[in-house]
Amino acid sequence: MSTITALEKTTTQVRRDILRMVHKVNSGHPGGSLGCAEFFVSLYFEVMDFQLPFAMEGKNEDLFFLSNGHISPVFYSVLARRGFFPVEELNTFRLINSRLQGHPTTHEGLPGVRVASGSLGQGLSVALGAASAKKINQDPKTVYVLMGDGELQEGQNWEAFMYAAAKGVDNIIATIDLNGKQIDGTTKEVLDIGDLEGKLKAFGWEILLLKEGNSIQAILQTLKIAKSKLRQSKPVAILMETEMGNGVDYMMHTHAWHGKAPNDEQLALALAQNEETLGDY
Amino acid sequence: MIQYTNQGNKDTRSGFGDGLTELGRTNPKVVALCADLIGSLKMQPFVDENPERFFQVGIAEANMMGIAAGLSISGFIPFTGTFANFSTGRVYDQIRQSIAYSGKNVKICASHAGVTLGEDGATHQILEDIGLMKMLPGMTVINPCDYNQTKAATLAIADYEGPVYLRFGRPSIANFTTPELGFEIGKGILLNPGNDVTLIATGHLVWEALKAAEMLETDGISAEVINIHTIKPLDETLIINSIQKTGAVVTAEEHNYLGGLGESIAGLLALKHPTPMEFVATQDCFGESGTPSQLMEKYGLNRNAIYQKAKVVIARK
Repeated sequence: MSTITALEKTTTQVRRDILRMVHKVNSGHPGGSLGCAEFFVSLYFEVMDFQLPFAMEGKNEDLFFLSNGHISPVFYSVLARRGFFPVEELNTFRLINSRLQGHPTTHEGLPGVRVASGSLGQGLSVALGAASAKKINQDPKTVYVLMGDGELQEGQNWEAFMYAAAKGVDNIIATIDLNGKQIDGTTKEVLDIGDLEGKLKAFGWEILLLKEGNSIQAILQTLKIAKSKLRQSKPVAILMETEMGNGVDYMMHTHAWHGKAPNDEQLALALAQNEETLGDY
Repeated sequence: MIQYTNQGNKDTRSGFGDGLTELGRTNPKVVALCADLIGSLKMQPFVDENPERFFQVGIAEANMMGIAAGLSISGFIPFTGTFANFSTGRVYDQIRQSIAYSGKNVKICASHAGVTLGEDGATHQILEDIGLMKMLPGMTVINPCDYNQTKAATLAIADYEGPVYLRFGRPSIANFTTPELGFEIGKGILLNPGNDVTLIATGHLVWEALKAAEMLETDGISAEVINIHTIKPLDETLIINSIQKTGAVVTAEEHNYLGGLGESIAGLLALKHPTPMEFVATQDCFGESGTPSQLMEKYGLNRNAIYQKAKVVIARK
């Protein structure tokens, strides 16, 4: 089985996990989670270099930060499937006394999470701090951060964009999930981000466009190019176009499933579209 | 009464700056960040001696708090520096999520707290910061009283694991604490034993409380004076023991009476030992431009105010 086929099989299982998690508690954010499933699987199963068991310090490891913490279902599924914690624990998502809080946190000590996120716009700053620490420590590894596009409406991101370029933080790859949707509608309708590529270029970032953000092959290729651009005095951003709700036909091409769980019937329909490849938890 | 000698007026922010300079030389894990106020926070020696461990973030405090949280992950001990106003209210959610809830070992060092910032006026004079910070779960809140204590606190928080809010100020005030008094996070200092009333002060008001105790002494009133530098966690034992003896208390702080040291002590007394109490604090108002001493006079934050409140509270016994 080729690498890509294997990653695709993992992705369908991750989709099942996401759907089953949010269905069970009738809450959570399936849309953005499904849209980023290929990206998470590519990062954690192919690209990133890290050690298990999880150590907070992450010395000489690649680090990942999730800024748009509401897509916790995909983060949790991939962490569990990759061995950070038992897959059965996905059963506790959003339940009382769980380590799998609605939004990711370090507070309950969940392996794989290095900072709380959910209140938007904070992840890039934290990732820049972690990247700066690696520079002081002469740690050659890379810091990855994923941000949402709606989240860019928060001003702190632009402080961080400015800082990263001005200070030459060139050991970071920031991926922006361009699914074009947020709670109240499309990002264009709510508050148009405008020419994001032009804006980030003007801020001094190296920009890579990933038009097929739901293609594992395209993701791997772009991440490879992104890594080749590191340590050249500029921070690197990937503008990744994804389809919110990807892999479940009725969840795609709408913002309706940003923060809504499927009912029993809808779940069955969605699971039928995604093969059980690694065994449901 | 125990006499304390003013070793020469000095600003508490210089205590922070000198403490940070020492940490730069002794603790390779300490890193510092500043939002365009190096001179105001006396951070220049640290910057000069440790350029690779200093981060000038510009006028972007939210980003500074996030970067500090990120730096702490690998074991660095970040000290952020800006005015108290921009260290708290401006970045409350960043501190709440990325530092406090995330349990990050970040030291939020806040200068120019209170009205004694002076002429810049109320936009820069925060009187709500102690309340904001003490409400965050896991946050330690320290407001030292003079140069020496601020320096000691700066050194102490580097050895303490967890988020800390360290609050200090701009004006030159009496520098009177001695090494013999010691500094331990969470431990109040009994400056003067007394029997008739307890004066509990923090920050710039501690020297004023000592002076008020001298004024009371001439009236034949014996005042116990306690310096609470750590507002959270509060030294409950020292406070309760004193109040059981004196039966009356005045708290003094350069902060709103809502959310400050006085409120913390009122809560403690309500639960454990209800006692007549008076507050020397601002009365739910903003400050304004003026010299530090004019402002302390106008807003009732000096030895006279403490003296008068002590008379009031003794009459209520």
